[in-house]
Amino acid sequence: MISVALWSVALLLALAPVGIVLSSYPRGSAVLYGACLVVTAALCVTALLHLLDSAHPVLSATLPIGLPWLGAHFRLDALSAFFLVVINLGGAAASLFALGYGAHEESPGRVLPFYPAYLAGMNTVVLANDAFSFLVAWEFMSLTSWALVVSHHREAENIRAGYVYLLMASFGTLVLLLAFGLLASGAGYDFDAIRASHPSAALAGMVVILVLLGAGSKAGVVPLHAWLPLAHPAAPSHVSALMSGVMTKVAVYGFVRIVFDLLPEPEWWWSMVVLLVGGPTATLGVLYALMQRDIKRVLAYSTIENIGIIFTGLGLALAFKAQGLDWVAALAFTAAMLHVFNHALFKSLLFFGAGAVLEATGARDMEKLGGLIHRMPRTAFAMLVGCVAISALPPFNGFVSEWLTFQAILLSPQLPSWGLKLAIPAVGGLLALAAAFAAACFVKLYGISFLGRPRTDVAASAHETDRFSLAAMFALAALCLVAGILPGLFIDALAPVSKAMVGNVMPHQTGLEWLTIVPIAESRSSYNGLLVFLFVALCGTAAASAIHRLASDRLRRAPAWDCGYPDPDPTIQYSASSFSQPIRRVFGSVIFAAREIGEMPPPSSPLPARLKVELHDLIWDALYAPIATIIGFATERINTLQFLTIRRYLTLVFGALIVLLLVVAL
Amino acid sequence: MSSLQFDIAHLLAGSLVLASFMLLYQDRLYALLNVYALHAGVLALSVAWQAYVQAAPHLYVTALIALVFKAIIIPVALHRIIRRLGIHREIENVIGIGLTMMAGIGLVALSMVVMLRVTPGADALAREDLAFALSVVLLGLLIMVTRRNAVSQVVGFMSLENGLVLAATGAKGMPLVVEISVAFSVLIAFIVIGIFLFRIRERFDSVDVQALDRFRGERR
Repeated sequence: MISVALWSVALLLALAPVGIVLSSYPRGSAVLYGACLVVTAALCVTALLHLLDSAHPVLSATLPIGLPWLGAHFRLDALSAFFLVVINLGGAAASLFALGYGAHEESPGRVLPFYPAYLAGMNTVVLANDAFSFLVAWEFMSLTSWALVVSHHREAENIRAGYVYLLMASFGTLVLLLAFGLLASGAGYDFDAIRASHPSAALAGMVVILVLLGAGSKAGVVPLHAWLPLAHPAAPSHVSALMSGVMTKVAVYGFVRIVFDLLPEPEWWWSMVVLLVGGPTATLGVLYALMQRDIKRVLAYSTIENIGIIFTGLGLALAFKAQGLDWVAALAFTAAMLHVFNHALFKSLLFFGAGAVLEATGARDMEKLGGLIHRMPRTAFAMLVGCVAISALPPFNGFVSEWLTFQAILLSPQLPSWGLKLAIPAVGGLLALAAAFAAACFVKLYGISFLGRPRTDVAASAHETDRFSLAAMFALAALCLVAGILPGLFIDALAPVSKAMVGNVMPHQTGLEWLTIVPIAESRSSYNGLLVFLFVALCGTAAASAIHRLASDRLRRAPAWDCGYPDPDPTIQYSASSFSQPIRRVFGSVIFAAREIGEMPPPSSPLPARLKVELHDLIWDALYAPIATIIGFATERINTLQFLTIRRYLTLVFGALIVLLLVVAL
Repeated sequence: MSSLQFDIAHLLAGSLVLASFMLLYQDRLYALLNVYALHAGVLALSVAWQAYVQAAPHLYVTALIALVFKAIIIPVALHRIIRRLGIHREIENVIGIGLTMMAGIGLVALSMVVMLRVTPGADALAREDLAFALSVVLLGLLIMVTRRNAVSQVVGFMSLENGLVLAATGAKGMPLVVEISVAFSVLIAFIVIGIFLFRIRERFDSVDVQALDRFRGERR
């Protein structure tokens, strides 16, 4: 099985140079994306079969590449199999979507070679079993995704996004390098040797902090998220879907692999750090998302929120595992992994929808859209499913994983440590707030873009997208529904992962009647997605048929009540900023230093009155801007060294030598 | 080793330092080259004496290389270069002789302190030799720093190399291969720098390295 996985990665790598050739043919992109679809689908099925194998074998392989005395070690266990499924499901969906969407790419030569290489990089990260291969694959993934981010390099905004992304990616890799350096100090770079070693508590704690910084910067935890909302929207939409839906999960994999697998038994304060990062990440991410007008940027910020939810689940798992309650740890860990899978599904779906809208209208700004449900009904339906799923509404899959996370939070009083007993409910409060904001955010996204009347001509003349893109979206939407009404299947499939990482599993789910899922025991709580779905479907059908039977079913268009001004202009509709104004007024004045400035012209002037809203990214202003200023100042000073005369260089060398000799002499 | 042998080795190494000091204040190029030839000659004598004292016949080869290449061929070649460049009448403005000499004395003191401190267990002859060699190296660097003419910088660099050779021969048992490579590295450096001199000359009509700086649009 691992040889199949490695051969698939090799095939993807081989497709990269083929992409250079294919980019000059008109049908080339379809051929390349078709090949990627086949390879990723095969790899996805292979990994799924390995995950469902009841013997749970751990396979490993060593290739004679990389460091000469080390070689490249690869390993396929339950955790990497699960992440391979996530990566290649996302990859296959993105390739299918790109079969149609990729035809509109104006510079395919900048996308086609990097796309398969990027997929290969992500797959190699989860297969790697030594620090060197892991870091090389990680950096390869970062660089190829950077190339995709700057593929539309004519826009200055994309270049800036690529610059910030490259800096943050280098920072993340550097920090991970330090973490592996600490880990390897007693063992070497092979993961098997690191597993067998026993690092001291202080060293393990430092590794946790470093990994949280390194993997967290890739995943986008606050305050290391600054690059994410810039870089993810800048890439072509199917790549945005991969970056948001899949690559952030590879970062989660890195965190899980090191903290749960390579390090010894956790200590309770690790979980405190992870929880205090996860909860605020969820809330702040969605608050940022609510303030945006650009669809893809909303989705990117919402990724930050979901990463916060996943990290909260991982923090809970660490907390319960450290205190010996590994049956709750299994619940929290499974919830986090299930959310990894779910978020990969619906975030990819939403980015595909955004890509279809962008392709049909050329606009990413919600204020330029509106009424798309009439012009793009199928896309609108798939987007609706994605919005409902990401808002964590039953019977879709987002609800299941968030509900399981909350079940674990509700068990926090069983923890003996008072710090965690107080902190976890607070984090739960933040998570609940985030869930509500997420619903508001996606009501806004869907309502402003798809409902109402078109605000511009481009929105009015939009057209439905092609059938490959629709197939990708509907496949993901169907998976969202299946994972929502039959979550027991997915929870059972995750059992070997949870067994390997936290040492225990959730109760077996598939044998229960009516496909109910039970987190701990049936007497405490249970959820049945199928019944909720049937109830929603029955009530909806009954209400709709009753209305259509009893009332007139003629479509009637009439002017809306418009305060007495019969103005036909569609801009008087609710706008994206006006929708989020109440939340902005309550939370934004503190978190974003938001100010509303009303400009009223003097009484006789014919100028219109204006309302301006100022938002500040306080994290950028307080953390990133000062660092940039300091570095800029220092480099400006050091730069003068570039323009010295030969004699001054000689003098510098001479002076340095004298100083060193003086140090020796004194 | 008898005290006379030690004293003569000491004397020759000290003369090399003295020759370096003489190099420091020469402001005419011909004089500089003549003193450099003296410098290399003293080096050859010193190396020959070491060969005799250590009963290491291969050091005679090193002494011969020093004498032929450094004391004869290179100064003659540089003389020709200077004549061809037509700069034999130029007088360099060295940063005040007194100041340079003071700095040189400071450097010699520094190298004595360093060497006596870091090599307490070594052979007495090697200790003294290394201290003098380090002084010669530092003085060579000082010459390179205080001169502006490319030819005098070359001379400074080669007197620095002489210091290295002195250090290499002072240590017992250094194989001949190393010395030959040291000598040849000097020769190669001389050839490279010589070619650069002509290149600079062709482009800028001057071997004053300030011309290079002006060409780069120097901000100073």
